[in-house]
Amino acid sequence: MKSQAQALKASRRWRAMLWSLFAIIILAMALPSIGYLVADAAQVYGPERDFSEERAANPRSEMWRDARFGEGGFTTQTGPYVTNQMIANIGENWRQVRTGPMTTIGGWFLIAVLVLISLFFAVVGRSRIEGGRSGMTVVRWKGYERFLHWFTALSFIVLAITGLSLLFGRYVLIPIVGHSGFAGYAQAAMYVHNFLGPAFSVGVLFMIVLWAKHNIPNRTDVQWFKQGGGIIGNKHPSAGKMNGGEKVWFWLGVFTLGLIVIVSGFILDFPNWGFQTREIMAWSQGIHAVAAIIWIGFFFGHAYIGTLGTEGALEGMTRGRVDTNWAKQHHDLWYEDLIARGERPVPESELEGAKAPSQPAGQSGH
Amino acid sequence: MARMKFLCDAERCIECQACVTACKNEHEVPWGVNRRRVIVMNDGRPGEKAVSVACMHCTDAPCAAVCPVDCFYTTADGIVLHDKDLCIGCGYCFYACPFGAPQYPQQSAFGVRGKMDKCTFCAGGPEEVHSSAELTKYGTNRVEQGKLPLCAEMCSTKALLAGDGDIVADIYRKRIITRGGRPQTWGWEAAYGEDV
Repeated sequence: MKSQAQALKASRRWRAMLWSLFAIIILAMALPSIGYLVADAAQVYGPERDFSEERAANPRSEMWRDARFGEGGFTTQTGPYVTNQMIANIGENWRQVRTGPMTTIGGWFLIAVLVLISLFFAVVGRSRIEGGRSGMTVVRWKGYERFLHWFTALSFIVLAITGLSLLFGRYVLIPIVGHSGFAGYAQAAMYVHNFLGPAFSVGVLFMIVLWAKHNIPNRTDVQWFKQGGGIIGNKHPSAGKMNGGEKVWFWLGVFTLGLIVIVSGFILDFPNWGFQTREIMAWSQGIHAVAAIIWIGFFFGHAYIGTLGTEGALEGMTRGRVDTNWAKQHHDLWYEDLIARGERPVPESELEGAKAPSQPAGQSGH
Repeated sequence: MARMKFLCDAERCIECQACVTACKNEHEVPWGVNRRRVIVMNDGRPGEKAVSVACMHCTDAPCAAVCPVDCFYTTADGIVLHDKDLCIGCGYCFYACPFGAPQYPQQSAFGVRGKMDKCTFCAGGPEEVHSSAELTKYGTNRVEQGKLPLCAEMCSTKALLAGDGDIVADIYRKRIITRGGRPQTWGWEAAYGEDV
């Protein structure tokens, strides 16, 4: 009985509130319109006024407005850097990005990546070869592939150092080496960057063409990512010649960021092609720098995993052969395929033994 | 201290290019490098206006902000100058400058540009005053002699004004008051009526 009365009371309160709200809205709209009941609109708002004369655009201000928005004019002067624009707006925007987020976020991003990798190394440590080395090796990378890798890798590092110097040097290096000292280095860094860039691009393009076939994503990669590349769970996930992580590095790093950096880099590097307006140059510089910074952050991870992070991984790229236990652990499907195709693992002793007698002979055609 | 400013009165500029010629001759600026240029808006149409443009010696100069080697400096007179010995010719100041003031002697493959050159407000550069190094790198130093930039000094219609920003602003303000600013007071319709 009591609860029924309470429910009735509550519903009545709700109804009262809704009606009050409704009345407030209606009155808020209706009350200001009362003026129309006693007079027509003209009397309420005063006579129609013609503002057109006072507001007619001043032809002079029109000209300055056009100039302000970057419209070009005519100029008799000629030269590669002469523009017919009175005011270009891109510069100030580019400056805000370059001296703002590009340096602050970009710089802290790179530092954060290094710190996270160091923390990971400190906590998780090196990934050891399960069961130790077997002493048997198989071929992982052929000579020309290793040459391509190290040519591209070394030029990447040189380009990264010179490029980062031009972006951060003013804040980091000038306080240390002084203005003239840094200017001398920056001059050399710029030329090294500008001349090495195209050569590096050739390396990247060769990598894309030669190694795309190893990096086709498949179902194994899904499982590889589910296990975090072996961090989650105690069994190492399966992988072919390239694992899921390496494929991400290939497609997002080498392919996507690589092509972005190459295209924007060529636009910046060859102003003599002549189509580059200041707008195109500023955009290219912004895109080039941002993509390169992300790529360098990515590269830190790649370099860590390939050297410190994983025992037995680096030798695949240095001498071209890897331990069979490493291959079974990290790239089991590739190893099985290799053995099925008739590749015979060679013992370490045999490799060194084959080398040792050839050295005294000195001319065995190696 | 005074803040040096350029001001070009578009109502007075007659596009005679004397400022350009004066600048090139005074500082012996090489071919293809233009410290000053005249831009004509609406060329050949009613309302055509010419404006002489060079480095505007910005208070917060974008060129100086983006320079990787920090080679720009502002003098006590508010003149923005740069050190060609530090300049690496990266081109960034040219992208950043709204007025297209920075110029380079070359435009070649691999981003080879040479040292940037721009209007110095006839105030030379960081070299010893009136030295041959200053003359060859930056041109003459008229400000040191108590003179104003030659482009403005020899402007026949006094469209281009240069000097202490306060004085330049005063001169221009007086002109505006005398001239009247509204469109009704000038132009075809004001002169001949709407039907002609």
